[in-house]
Amino acid sequence: MTTHARKVAQTPAKTDHNCRLTFDDLHKPLNGLTARTAASHCLYCYEAPCIQACPTSIDIPTFIHQIGTGNIDGAARTILSENIMGGTCARACPTEVLCEQACVHNTDHSDPVEIGLLQRYATDHLMDQNGPHPFLRAPESGRHIAVVGAGPAGLSCAHRAALLGHQVTVYEARPKAGGLNEYGLAAYKMINDFAAREVDFLLGVGGIDIRYGQALGRDITLDHLQAQYDAVFLGVGLGATNALGLDGEDIPGVQDAIQFIENIRQADDPATVPLGNDILVIGGGNTAIDAAVQAKKLGAKRVTLAYRRGADQMGATDFEVDLARKHDVHVMLWTKPKALIGTDKLTAVTLEGTRLEKGKLVGTSETFDLPCDHLLKAIGQKLSETTLSGLDIASGKLVSSNFYQTSRSGVFAGGDCIKSGEDLTVQAVEDGKQAALAINLWLASAQETSHG
Amino acid sequence: MADLKCTIAGIESINPFWLASAPPTDKYINVVRAFEAGWGGVVWKTLGEDPPVINVSSRYGAHKDQKGSMIGINNIELISDRPLEQNLAEIRQVRQEWPDRVIIGSMMAQVEESSWKELAIKIAAAGVNGIELNLGCPHGMCERGMGSSIGQVPEMIEETTRWVREATNLPVFTKLTPNITNILWAAEAAKRGGAHAVSLINTVNSIVSVDLDVMAPNPVVGGKGSHGGYCGPAVKPIALNMVAEIARNADTQNLQISAIGGIETWRDAAEFIALGADGLQVCTAAMLYGFRIVDDMIDGLSNFMDEKGYQSITDFKGLATRNTVDWNALDMNFDTKAVIDPDSCIECGRCYIACEDTSHQAISFDVEADGTRVFTVVEDECVGCNLCAMICPVPDCIAMVPVENDLPYLAWPDHPKNPIKAAE
Repeated sequence: MTTHARKVAQTPAKTDHNCRLTFDDLHKPLNGLTARTAASHCLYCYEAPCIQACPTSIDIPTFIHQIGTGNIDGAARTILSENIMGGTCARACPTEVLCEQACVHNTDHSDPVEIGLLQRYATDHLMDQNGPHPFLRAPESGRHIAVVGAGPAGLSCAHRAALLGHQVTVYEARPKAGGLNEYGLAAYKMINDFAAREVDFLLGVGGIDIRYGQALGRDITLDHLQAQYDAVFLGVGLGATNALGLDGEDIPGVQDAIQFIENIRQADDPATVPLGNDILVIGGGNTAIDAAVQAKKLGAKRVTLAYRRGADQMGATDFEVDLARKHDVHVMLWTKPKALIGTDKLTAVTLEGTRLEKGKLVGTSETFDLPCDHLLKAIGQKLSETTLSGLDIASGKLVSSNFYQTSRSGVFAGGDCIKSGEDLTVQAVEDGKQAALAINLWLASAQETSHG
Repeated sequence: MADLKCTIAGIESINPFWLASAPPTDKYINVVRAFEAGWGGVVWKTLGEDPPVINVSSRYGAHKDQKGSMIGINNIELISDRPLEQNLAEIRQVRQEWPDRVIIGSMMAQVEESSWKELAIKIAAAGVNGIELNLGCPHGMCERGMGSSIGQVPEMIEETTRWVREATNLPVFTKLTPNITNILWAAEAAKRGGAHAVSLINTVNSIVSVDLDVMAPNPVVGGKGSHGGYCGPAVKPIALNMVAEIARNADTQNLQISAIGGIETWRDAAEFIALGADGLQVCTAAMLYGFRIVDDMIDGLSNFMDEKGYQSITDFKGLATRNTVDWNALDMNFDTKAVIDPDSCIECGRCYIACEDTSHQAISFDVEADGTRVFTVVEDECVGCNLCAMICPVPDCIAMVPVENDLPYLAWPDHPKNPIKAAE
């Protein structure tokens, strides 16, 4: 991992003030006027396609109608009742392939309703008031649930379980809650400590306590949790990262993109984050784009993004790829890294062209060396299987039944560690919500059995 | 280019667009700006006897749609609050500077013959082309026995109109209030009094909105509000009906009509003319957008007339009046059904839920295997009510298609299910 100091002299002249500016909001928030204009564009469709397209099934036409009538808090409650992390999702969701993609205005060739920005307008309005939590808990059930992981899935599960009247204890390996929202999203998507503020807001429901520095497999075990609690939810995400499988992956200058993003998110001043001059990002997903764009914003001279397949296969949306191009990130398709050059530090990367042969990706043997002193790997994450011994795993994900239950009775799971939908915050929130409902049903049926 | 010149009550105007008696016509400077912008005439803000009235603050309330656009406004302003002589001096000056434009003097006074006659003579002497009697103001003045308190009593309409006819040789416009049960009683009274024309409508009694913080009607004056006079696009349907009633009524069809009420575009203007108006007066639209809106009114009306082959206003004046009938004259055998064009449908479902919840359950909603939402009219259930076609956000996506049933014209009086007919 690179630790060399950033060469300020070789980057464009930039004051700290400017640096902060570059991490301004990606999207300008709506104001009263623009929100009303955006809301008035909504046709208030019946059984709207946008609702179907949202993994959490927010009643979008209703909340937009509420914004239109000036009932902004009501709009926020409509959103938050289905998605307690509606604030983050409004910022981080690829709305261009979810709700906004489904907007009927795409059919009439006009612009879709700005659903993401409207959602943010409503949720920000409610959260900015720092009032009481908008939802009331059901009477105490006397049940206590353990949640592992304070990421979007775990927190969503904890919130819903708390609402249903259960006590919840969340075990989190890191020092802060929020998971991906706190550590893994580009800074320009989550300015002003939004992830932390959202966690505080979410915990306002009551009945949830979080224990930090508690890692599954190290500090706690499933056996322990099952012995202590009535049910367990695993929202452990994907803790490990994929490797390139090349020699020299441990030389300074080679780094996981998620670590790079985390460093920026956790730094008091992003300008202090170690940064090379010639940066190569390997990958085609949103993490790759987040890393590449932020590297450019921090002042890297050249940023290249290499993806081994074509534009259609990229995980990142067209909007994200455009964002990279607008930040002067050079996007190279059908290219993969073949060798890392450098001994005590990275100096170049040998890249090889790729093509499909009978549906299989193969190298073309055409290679060239790209000068590179900082390589960011964004080629996916995987389950840390060692901590989950005893649970069935298939295709790198925990096996879960339709009701979010793992192969072990009473142990539920959701978020990136199971295969439910896209690896997105919004899907994790939905998993957490649905798992809490499933746990609630499971607890009720267990009670019937024991008393029956 | 169509000729927009028109004549009303014998007064020629370069175009039919006049500014109505209201704040925009209260002063020399406004009127000159209006004439510079191209307005054909103005009805000077209502003049009264000295001492001038005193106005309150604030004066206007708003009725907005969900997008924030003004549907209508109301006001609690009174007549001109400047000394009579100052207004008359300015009228004389504009008269000299703008000889081809129409200036009508609006007036109101106590119900005394001498008051009406003396004021009318003074105004006539300032060089106006005609006099309009304000018998409509529904707030403030009526509580002093003027405005709509006169306009609601046919005998007083007739009397005041006659007094002004006797006092001057100028054309007389009697301005009517809509705050009555039957506009014909007022129009017929104006005609009996000798009015050359009627102007309508004046503002509609209204509380336009309530300030929910102060808990008082808007506009709020020191914590209290009052009913005011409603105007703007929202009152156009009321005005159209009253104009049509007068235009198609045997006793009043020869009265000239200066139409007022929510005229904002050339299309509104054309609709009023089609229903029998000879000229038009505009106020709220100018207050909301400035005098410049007359440009498109002139241009749009002219283009419409060119397109339809009308060379003058009189060519299409009243063409819709003959097709305005009582309900009893409507053909009960005429039938239409809605038809949804699947190619232009954007699948919003608004037609479906409106019909399902509030009408005749005449639209089916199916989802195909690929997720396409298909909306289809169930012909047997469709009564041709129009609701779906009005709601559909896509122009021409839902058409109302006449049913060819070869049935003859049949009105209710002759309908076999009419119990009176059956009894015959």
